[in-house]
Amino acid sequence: MSHDGHHSVVIPAPGPEFQAHTVAHHFDTPVQEFQSAKLGFWLFLATEILLFGGLFAAYFYFHEVYPETFRLGGQQLSWKLGALNTSVLLLSSWTMAMGVRCAQTSQKSKLLMYCGLTVLGAAIFMVIKFIEYKAKNDHGLVVFSELFSPYNEATGQLAWFKDYHNAMVDKAGVPLPHGHLFFAIYLTMTAIHGLHVVIGAGLILWVMKGAAKGRFHAGYYLPVDLVGLYWHLVDLIWIFLFPLLYLVP
Amino acid sequence: MTTNVPAVDVHGAAAEARPKNFINWSSGFMSWAGTLDHKRIGLMYLVGVSIAFLCGGLFALLVRLHLWEPNGALFSNAQYNQIFTLHGAFMVFIFVIPAIPGSLGNIILPLMLGAKDVALPRLNLLSFYLWLTGAVLATLAIVLGGFDTGWTFYTPYSLYTNQAVVTIGLAVFVLGFSSIFTGLNFIVTTHKLRAPGMTWFRMPLFVWALYATSLLQVLATPVLGITVLLVAFERLYHIGIFDPRLGGDPVLFEHFFWFYSHPAVYIMVLPAFGIISELVSVHSRKPLFGYKLIAFSSLAIAIISFLVWGHHMFTSGQSTYAMFAFSFLTFFVAIPTAIKEFSWVATVWKGSIALNSPMLYTLAFLVIFAIGGLTGVILGALNVDIHLHDTYFVVAHFHYVMMGSIALAFFAGVHHWWPKMFGVIYNETLAKIACGIIFIGFNTTFIPQFIMGSRGMPRRYATYVPEYAPFHQASTIGVIILAVGIALMVYYLVASLFQRKKAMENQWGGVTLEWLAPTPPPLENFNEPPVVTNEVYDYSTLDLQTMRTPVK
Repeated sequence: MSHDGHHSVVIPAPGPEFQAHTVAHHFDTPVQEFQSAKLGFWLFLATEILLFGGLFAAYFYFHEVYPETFRLGGQQLSWKLGALNTSVLLLSSWTMAMGVRCAQTSQKSKLLMYCGLTVLGAAIFMVIKFIEYKAKNDHGLVVFSELFSPYNEATGQLAWFKDYHNAMVDKAGVPLPHGHLFFAIYLTMTAIHGLHVVIGAGLILWVMKGAAKGRFHAGYYLPVDLVGLYWHLVDLIWIFLFPLLYLVP
Repeated sequence: MTTNVPAVDVHGAAAEARPKNFINWSSGFMSWAGTLDHKRIGLMYLVGVSIAFLCGGLFALLVRLHLWEPNGALFSNAQYNQIFTLHGAFMVFIFVIPAIPGSLGNIILPLMLGAKDVALPRLNLLSFYLWLTGAVLATLAIVLGGFDTGWTFYTPYSLYTNQAVVTIGLAVFVLGFSSIFTGLNFIVTTHKLRAPGMTWFRMPLFVWALYATSLLQVLATPVLGITVLLVAFERLYHIGIFDPRLGGDPVLFEHFFWFYSHPAVYIMVLPAFGIISELVSVHSRKPLFGYKLIAFSSLAIAIISFLVWGHHMFTSGQSTYAMFAFSFLTFFVAIPTAIKEFSWVATVWKGSIALNSPMLYTLAFLVIFAIGGLTGVILGALNVDIHLHDTYFVVAHFHYVMMGSIALAFFAGVHHWWPKMFGVIYNETLAKIACGIIFIGFNTTFIPQFIMGSRGMPRRYATYVPEYAPFHQASTIGVIILAVGIALMVYYLVASLFQRKKAMENQWGGVTLEWLAPTPPPLENFNEPPVVTNEVYDYSTLDLQTMRTPVK
């Protein structure tokens, strides 16, 4: 709002390649603006964790009810690809943290480089995720083309769970009860997480756009800081998903 | 300092001498649709939730008219199921949850804190548009075939019914985020934008109540979000988490749902408590009895509300020991709630009571809420609940809380802050008459429901055995009286905007900061940024002739 522009607090640009920042009209000081946005964002992150909390609760509950299904299900996932993706995300969290640091120290080109590396990490993560999903598809554990097909009432057969290689059977060769449940939870959790990775990457690209214009510097780096926090949350959730889905037998 | 007259007429037209306020400082559709001003957003919410309330009320009227006859007077059973679901879903998700925080909270909270706006105005506007999107989606769901699951979407029925459950689920998801963002905004505003001198224990109790509400909105609503999302996934690609045919557990859905929806009851009622706390003090012209106790009891209710969800599931087959614990914890909620009720009554006692229409609504609230609250304790008792579960007794209980208490508190708040919001005053005589009609109509509607519920009339049924007919007919007569009262209220409130009978700057003699701002407030609320030096609800400096406190 510019109608009261005569009283705006302005943070000057530290150099010619940067832009000044005007504090929003309803704040008295830049610190108030920074702290308000930061507190709000932490609360938002709490809601994200609670959203995933429902999925984690479902995971623990069904792990308790069908332990054998979950043991065998976990073995169908490639822990090597999972570990690789964990490393990629951890590294990208580091590049993001460096990006925030560069914003705080007004290093424009380095900020752009670290943000770019973080987006690259997100892309690699999604490619590896795609390879994993493809393997599940090929084994008939999650047949993506059949996801929206109706449930067959007569045979009780799920269209998207075919298990071509009889992976989800006990020692006598009898199918485990509700073998699809592990994969349903695996898919729901990793897909919603994947969506967050994509959103996070989009936000970092938006930060890069602003950074290229010189919006972020030692005097004002709030959006970089917040997007960084979001990216760390995406990382943090994966840190819990990886052992629960891939490693817990 | 900040000016509130962005368009000062320097050329001296006398008619333009009046300072501009937040309603008339700019005009045009986009000046409203794109506004970041908390008061304009609040007004849009007020219009929106009022329309939702009238829609939900119309559905209620249809339900009651249908139940005039034991075999149903108007609809097929399937249509009846859709209409009571619409009533529940509109009232709960589109009216009651956003009503007070979205409208009155948005307008009054920053004023009470002495702030220029909420901390995150863009998020505030987003929150409004999410609400609008949710309301549109819910309406779309009616067009797309309706939904007949009840507002609770219980699985497995909600998975199998051939209706627009995914659309309404999406609506609830979007409305949930609207609610989360409002709560988040209020928490940040309360922490960061208090005027100098406005310490935590100088905050008006409406602010405390909204703060506790906001905590619940932020902490409980995401769980509802993921729950309706899972129901949608379940319907779209049969993940099996809630579907017993696929090894899933419908009771897990109930746990998820009530983990949100019990705290949601307090998301609805805490703001109402806040309004009542303000109003008993102002209209009794007496500092609140037990200010800190009321403030802390809001937080206590917020905390305990997370531990009692199982009392909605006493007949679901959950563990007996869990039921003991849930029943016991449910009784705990009664303690902070009773603290409030007693404190309000003690505030009125020996006060200088002005029986203005907001006060009449407040007194009606005190009576109705006492009944609504105490019947809740009855239902919290495990063994009694087994008998009363899913009967009209439950329906009557939660309507005493949701309609009788929350909607009445909302009306009280609208009447109280109407002169501040619009600078006009409504017809006080009509207001008093309407309040009386509403009070009589409400009790006539729901007292028969207590009786027939205790005699076993189950809720949600489209037909009933003829023995219950007198109770149902009494209840239907009651709802018609109620509708007349509400129609009268809508009439005189809307008429006041056209009659433009000017309100006083401080109509009721309130001493919280919103009454210090000009009426209606200008864009940035205060001509001078307020500095708080008095304790809250200190009426000693109020000049009863001018209804003003000395300007600091």
